[in-house]
Order: sequence, then structure tokens, then C-alpha cells
Amino acid sequence: MITVQASDFIRILPQEILSAFAILVMVFEPFLPSSRKVVLGWFSLLGVVAAGAAAVRTSYSLGPAFNASIAADPFSIYFIALFLLVAALCLLGSFNYLQRDNINHGEFYALILMGTVGMCFMAASTELIMIFLGLEISSLSTYVLAGFKRHDGLSNEASLKYFLLGSFATAFFLYGIAFVYGLTGTTNLMTLSERLSRTGTGGTPLLWVAIVLMFIGLGFKVSTAPFHVWTPDVYQGAPAPVTAFLSVGPKAAAFAVILRIFLGAFHAVGSVSFQMLWLSAILTMVVGNLAALWQSNVKRLLAYSAIAHAGYVLVGIAAGSAEGVSAVLFYLTVYALMNVGAFILIAPIAGTGERALRVEDYTGLGYTRPGVAACLTVFMLSLGGIPTTAGFLGKFYLFRAAIHAHLIGLVIVAVLTSVVSVYYYLRLVVVMYMREGQPQATSEPLPLALRVALATSVIGIFVLGLFPLLLKKKGEAEASPRHTKLAQVR
Amino acid sequence: MVPVSHVLALSVILFGLGAAGFIVRRNIITIFMCIELMLNAVNLAFIAFSRYLGDPDGQIFVFFVIVVAAAEAAMGLAIIIAVQRNRQTLSIDDLDSMKL
Repeated sequence: MITVQASDFIRILPQEILSAFAILVMVFEPFLPSSRKVVLGWFSLLGVVAAGAAAVRTSYSLGPAFNASIAADPFSIYFIALFLLVAALCLLGSFNYLQRDNINHGEFYALILMGTVGMCFMAASTELIMIFLGLEISSLSTYVLAGFKRHDGLSNEASLKYFLLGSFATAFFLYGIAFVYGLTGTTNLMTLSERLSRTGTGGTPLLWVAIVLMFIGLGFKVSTAPFHVWTPDVYQGAPAPVTAFLSVGPKAAAFAVILRIFLGAFHAVGSVSFQMLWLSAILTMVVGNLAALWQSNVKRLLAYSAIAHAGYVLVGIAAGSAEGVSAVLFYLTVYALMNVGAFILIAPIAGTGERALRVEDYTGLGYTRPGVAACLTVFMLSLGGIPTTAGFLGKFYLFRAAIHAHLIGLVIVAVLTSVVSVYYYLRLVVVMYMREGQPQATSEPLPLALRVALATSVIGIFVLGLFPLLLKKKGEAEASPRHTKLAQVR
Repeated sequence: MVPVSHVLALSVILFGLGAAGFIVRRNIITIFMCIELMLNAVNLAFIAFSRYLGDPDGQIFVFFVIVVAAAEAAMGLAIIIAVQRNRQTLSIDDLDSMKL
């Protein structure tokens, strides 16, 4: 018997508010003249802030909701807060971009909100079918966002590739769910965990197949090698603020699902998950970092860097300990700040139609536009993991967790590849400061909204880099004990 | 009565055909149909398991999958139309403007 209580609705309050605002944006959209569409953007931002307040309210009434298909726990609240931060930064970064590139339609804001709803459901669901629905809500929104420049061939191509490969991956994920359901008779992660641990460790070969199928589906979303082939093309073709959203939001949400499924529900069959994560982490770090070395397009370069960063996160997940989970949570926030910051900053530098995207176009930018160059330098140093930035500490925590889990080989590869990565991050800095020349980049001043978003990212990077415990303590609380069992099984 | 293993074998074959078609075929619409084939193989597996377990949940999941597949079809065809308008092509081989 399924009963629905009032508390159930409070436990998904952030998602409800975001959905309501998304629908209102769509309702108001036709009544606003093209020059006033930015009002909808500010309205959406209000929605994100309201959802943030709702998340605070939800954190006071934690517990399962809707027949245990959704859990409002510290883990989901942390991720919801992260998604709201990403959505807010991307909204702030997109106002001017949409006007400039003549794609000023209100649907953009509604789609960002709906995508965020999907991600929140992914992180909060404890039921495989609900996770699938969340995945699809966020995917369908982002497919359209990637192709939002409707008359631009590159944007079309990005959207199509993202759509085809994304749906392909979803089918694998779903097939995995079907097998899990057939083998255990349940799709609820709690019940699943109980039943699997009752039948003993190891599992049957068919269960391994199911695990691998699900990992393929999620691997596409987080762009781990060898499922990363779509990433550079999609990140390059999509409008820059959308790329900022894509490179962080769906990725973090899929990592939340990976944590819940592979370290939570499937801990009884930990050895298979572990080998898969280990192999995937190594491949992803090597492929991402080496391929980034040869890129001449800044967006492609950052796309390969995003692939490499997924590899670092997998190192933390492979550690399988509470320490690893807490490091992953910390790293995802840091990654969100630096990656969103970098992508929304690329948009104004590239100019109308995103023309100046080659690395050479940044020549001498440090002298013509010192503020912009300084911000970009901070993001690059943080992505490269230079001390005093949050990127360094994020990597440090991940690798330390892996060492404590005795994954020495994995950490050696991780450290070596991240040394390699410093080369391509610093290449951009060198071009900006140490080369003579007139930059191709445009020189219009940055709009206020974008400045706010950039300031938030830069300040966030330094605050977390110098005082990590502000967030790390929270992350440790969220890494609940049930995630620790993988290490013991192994 | 057909045993569950037969239905599952059919499901695996359909899924394999869909996945193979996705990789081999060059027409975007055909590739899209291959994805639909894969989703329907999943549906078949859900129904087979549902009957095997005597549990109606699996059949309910199929409705979710059908709804999502419909939404995906609407979205996908819209994207394909946008591509066709700008590029005048439906071959995946022509969509390579972002290679190095």
C-alpha cells in the first residue's frame, strides 16, 4: 500500500520550486518582447535562490519520501546545493551571451532549470527507475541546450552527437536496470543492498554483466574513457555557457549516482566494480591528459581537461572509503567553480559567434585585458592543481584517500598525468603574458552579471584553497558509513 | 508457455542488433531507430522478468520507458530536422566539421 504524506512533498521541495519556476518561465515567455527576455533570466535566478532556501528547509526534515524511492539525506542536500550553484553561475554567465549571439529566447532559462531538476532527482533518488527518470529529464534538457544556436551548424552537430550517444548510453543503463530487477526482484537501492549481501559476496556472472552495463551508461555521462568520444565535439559546438553547464552539472549528478549505486547498493559485489573503476580511471586520465596536449582550440582543450578530471574523481571513488567519498564531494565543488568559471569567461573573450577560440587568439591578452587574463590564469592554475588554489587541495585529498586504500599504482599514474596537464594549462597563461602581439579577442567590457559569477568562482577557489575545512568537514559528514563497505569487501 | 530464457534470448538479440546497427549504419534516422530497438529490447526484458518473478512492477517500468522513449523521439526528430535544414544531409559521415 502506497501512502503519500505531506512530509514527502517537503523532502522534494527544491525540485518542486525549480519545476514551478521553469513552467512559469515558459508561460511568461510569449508575452515578453525580445528585448526584455533577460527579465526571465533574473526570474530564473530568483527561482534558483528560492530552491536554495527550500533546500535549507528540507535539510531540517530529512528522511525517505514517496515509498523510499527518494531520500532527503545530507548526501542529496549537498549535491542539490552544488547543482543550484552551477545553475546560478551559468545563468549569470549567459544573460549577455544570449543577447549578443542573437539567441535570446526564454526557453533557455527554463531548460537550465529543468535540467537542474533532473540532476537533483538523480542525486536524491534511491530507486533505479527514479534515477533513470532524473537522468532523462536532465539529458533531454541538455540535448536541446547544446543545440540552442538553431541556425549554427556546429551547434546542431553538437546537439545531434550528444543526443545520439546519450540515448545510446541510456539504453545500456536501462538494460542494466532490467537485469538487476530480474536477478533481485527489486529496483530499490536499500532493498537491493540487503538482498545482495544476504546472498553472499561475489554475485553471479549475470549480475556482473548488469553492473558493467550500468557503468557503461553512467560512464558516458561522466565522459570516462573509452566512452568519452562525444565530449570534445559537444563541448566545442555547444554555446559556451551551455558547455559550462554540461561539463559540470550532468557529470556531478552521474557521479552522485555512481557513488550511490556502486559504493552503496553493490558493495557486496565490490570486486567487480572496483576493477572496472580502476581500469576506467587509468584510461581516462591518460587519454584525457595526453589528447589535451595537441589541442589548438581552447574549448576542445578544456573538454579533454574535463575528461581528465573525471579520471581523478574515479581515483577517489575507486578508493571506496568514506575518506574517498568525502574527497570526491569536495573535489566536485572545486571542479564546478573552476570549470564553470573558465567556460563562462571564454564566451566574452571569443566574441560574437565565438570566433576567437584558438590558443593563438589569446596572444598578449594579459596586457590588453589584465582583469580577464588574471581570472583565466586563476582558473588554469587551479585546474592544473597549483598550491594555494582549491584545485591543488582537491587533488591532494583524492590521491591521499587512494593511498590510504593502497592504490599506489593508480596514484602514480594520477600524479604523473596531472604533471603533464600543467603543460597545457600553462601554455594558455604563457601565450597571454609572454607573447608579443595584438590579441584577436574582443575588447568590450564584461557585463555586471558575468563579473559577479567570475568573482564568485575566483573567491571560491581561493577560499577553498586556503580554508578547505569549511567545506571538507561537511563533506566528511555526508560520506555516510554505508559507503565504506567496498573497502572491507575487497 | 514460453520459458523466460527464450524471451530473454530474444531480448538480447534485439539489443545486440540495435547496438550493432547504431555503430554500422550511416543514416541518422536509421541510427535513431536502432536506439528505439534497444529500448524495446529493454522493455521485453522487463516484461519477461516481471512474469518470471510474478511481480507487476516490471510492467509498470515499461510504461515509464515508453513515455521517456516518446519524449526522446520528439526531441530527437526536432534535432534531426534542425540538422537537415542547416546541412542538407542526413548522413552521419558528413557531420565531421569538428575533427582536428
